[in-house]
Amino acid sequence: MTVLAAVRPHSWDFPLFLHVFGAMILVGGLVAGAGALGLARGDVRLLRLGYWSLLAVSLPGWILMRVGAEWIRSKEGWDDLPKGIAEPDWLTTGSIIADVGGAVLLVSLVVGAVGVRRLGTGKGAGALTATLALSFVLLAAYVVAVWAMSAKPD
Amino acid sequence: MTVDDWALALHVLSAFALVSAIVVFWVLIVAARRTDTPEARIRIESVVGVGNAAFGIGSVGTILLGIWLAFSVGGYEIWNGWIVAALVLWAFAMWTGGRTGAAFGRGATKARELLDAGKPGPDGELLALNRTSQGTVMHALTTIAVLLILIDMIWKPGA
Repeated sequence: MTVLAAVRPHSWDFPLFLHVFGAMILVGGLVAGAGALGLARGDVRLLRLGYWSLLAVSLPGWILMRVGAEWIRSKEGWDDLPKGIAEPDWLTTGSIIADVGGAVLLVSLVVGAVGVRRLGTGKGAGALTATLALSFVLLAAYVVAVWAMSAKPD
Repeated sequence: MTVDDWALALHVLSAFALVSAIVVFWVLIVAARRTDTPEARIRIESVVGVGNAAFGIGSVGTILLGIWLAFSVGGYEIWNGWIVAALVLWAFAMWTGGRTGAAFGRGATKARELLDAGKPGPDGELLALNRTSQGTVMHALTTIAVLLILIDMIWKPGA
């Protein structure tokens, strides 16, 4: 696989870069968001910081990752396989986690938005705890996705 | 899966940890710019620990597994130009990362001093330390170095 990477056409490099860079921003935003939400201990500023990390960093990262994924999938010809030939497991795993993860991220952002709005009235911590829990689930899922996409197990 | 497949997967996961640390520190740099009370600064310091852990795992994992892969995988040599470039950029990122930590650490030290002195209110000197331009520039340089490593790893110029 690594040898394949070495002979990869250079026209694939930018879409791959976009995909990996977006995924790194996505995971970085999740780490920042989960870190701030998890260590806030009721501190309103850290709770807001955690939520905004997810909204302003992770969400754009997810969009970049997904755009890059479709681009590189098309470049590599995975979207035009002959009938009867299935795409490899690593690609299916990565795609499912990316798409389901995107939906979970959106849910966590909506729930978190409710929590952030209620912070001014002294409430909202419960909703942000749910956002924190979803962030941890997403982090675990994306670790699996990164492992699958880089190791490419059969 | 071979040992090299595992090494590559862990190498990539380490790179994700390193970039995650950089993102965490950018988020905290932005947050610290409006932080002028010692208690708020100390609370930020707890999240700095998350960034430090990610930076440590990421920097050690990328270099050790990267060197392993350079020796183990056929077709690559440790003296290949793109690998040497990555090693130099990694060393530069470690240096600038250390300088970033030292620059922003002064704000945390000042915050503890203020709390010890019984001054929990807003402090102009603390705000100035939290807005250190030296630390921000060093972190920007770290970010650029790591971004260049990522570009180098994908394009592999000369490979």
